[in-house]
Amino acid sequence: MSAFPTRKTAIVGAATFGEGRCPGYEPYDMAAIAARAALAEAGLTFADVDGVFVTTSNDTFGGGMTFSQYCGIEPKVADNSRTGGNVFESYVERAAWMLDAGLIDCALIAYGSNQASATGKLSSTSKPFPYEAIYKPLNPLCSYALAAARHMHEFGTTREQLGEVALAARKWAQLNPVATMRDPLTMEDYLSSRIISDPLSKLDCCLVTDGAAALVMTRADRAGDLAATPVWLMGAASRTTHRDISSMPDLTTTALAECGPRALAQAGLAPSDIDVVELYDAFTINVILFLEDLGFCPKGEGGRFVEGGAIAPGGKLPVNTNGGGLSYLHPGMYGMFTIVEAVRQLRGECGERQIANARTAIAQGNGGVLSSQAVNILAVD
Amino acid sequence: MNEVSAGTGPDLQFQAFLAQGRFMIQRGTKTGQYVFFPRAVAPGTGEDLEWVEASGHGTVYSATSIRKRPPEPAVGIVLVDLKEGPRMMSRVEGMDPTEVPIGLEVEARIIAQDDEHLVVFVPAGETGQ
Repeated sequence: MSAFPTRKTAIVGAATFGEGRCPGYEPYDMAAIAARAALAEAGLTFADVDGVFVTTSNDTFGGGMTFSQYCGIEPKVADNSRTGGNVFESYVERAAWMLDAGLIDCALIAYGSNQASATGKLSSTSKPFPYEAIYKPLNPLCSYALAAARHMHEFGTTREQLGEVALAARKWAQLNPVATMRDPLTMEDYLSSRIISDPLSKLDCCLVTDGAAALVMTRADRAGDLAATPVWLMGAASRTTHRDISSMPDLTTTALAECGPRALAQAGLAPSDIDVVELYDAFTINVILFLEDLGFCPKGEGGRFVEGGAIAPGGKLPVNTNGGGLSYLHPGMYGMFTIVEAVRQLRGECGERQIANARTAIAQGNGGVLSSQAVNILAVD
Repeated sequence: MNEVSAGTGPDLQFQAFLAQGRFMIQRGTKTGQYVFFPRAVAPGTGEDLEWVEASGHGTVYSATSIRKRPPEPAVGIVLVDLKEGPRMMSRVEGMDPTEVPIGLEVEARIIAQDDEHLVVFVPAGETGQ
């Protein structure tokens, strides 16, 4: 088995479009606009792209072809796999291998969603699992609620600790001019929020918004000649444990416990070496689980880890510096935005919320119901 | 051409057993490892599967309840670890769904709902049905 191509590929373009609300645009319109902007950062165009990795809020069969057709690209690779919101970190991982192998020279990774404008609801093209659907769970909410309830039972995690995650996200969002929710949020507000599926309330759940984003990747030999500061891919790994929550082996430990350390080992870094952490906070419990699984604290200690504003601005570890899925935006598959924020932090573009001298970052993605995990370790020179 | 007779797929068999009042799960013919949800091939080993009657005993692994707007009652959702090993989604009947504790010992019951039969659970030791 060959080693991961650490620091042999780079993200050389990152762009967003239609954050929040984007009425009147289709998902491919939005993804194409973001893609053009990401390519322009690197001084590239659609004509330079030979690997397309894309999904949207409403694609079905053949999305890789449809988006390539839209952009006038004839790709060697047209990847439209859909493990969920983590797939973008997996696209980055795969693109790195393909770039390093010489199969492709320029990867375009794109996503667009108009779910909020189109339906006002979380977009879902997935088919219910009959052995769960018959009991009428509200998914994905109930699956995450079951994980949160089990974490509380095993480790004594509290509603206040979940609330710390929501409050930290809001405080970061207040520093992000394009975040959807920027009103102040207090622990009192959080604790009085209506429970929807025990122990989770509305304020434990991500937003429902529109949004598009795109990334461009090339090999290191080429990245140095392009316009943008290259953000090196130091490690990337993915793992899937299940699809439906009743098949998850242990509701308190995700696949990130395996693929997180694997990606860090590729990078030659430990959690203590990481300056900025961008996690997929579809629900508050996610952040606690993922901090544990990535090794920032022992299993079961995540609730205590986030106490006292530890992951909020000014805390000991900057987590979800854009405001996250809880307060910035969540177009349905949020994983693209953890990568974009990591890139922007490493390039020093984040204004008020910028982490001083950020050199290393983790961008993590979660798909399904804690089902599929993927992580990218990024760095600048 | 090989033709498998209609009605023999695992989903249909499971439903047919429930209609007869039997909660059946599957077991690997080589390892004896129990499996739920019903499948045509064993996960992991790939071995053949045979149907066996479940004991019906289990323990609540996790629980949540969907709080509807009153007066609509809350809907309980649980994950039950069957005594044989596999975990399944279900609900606990015969008590307030918001009060179902993790670790509760439960027993299976088969009920009819929406023209189908399904397995629910009641607290262990309760009589009835």
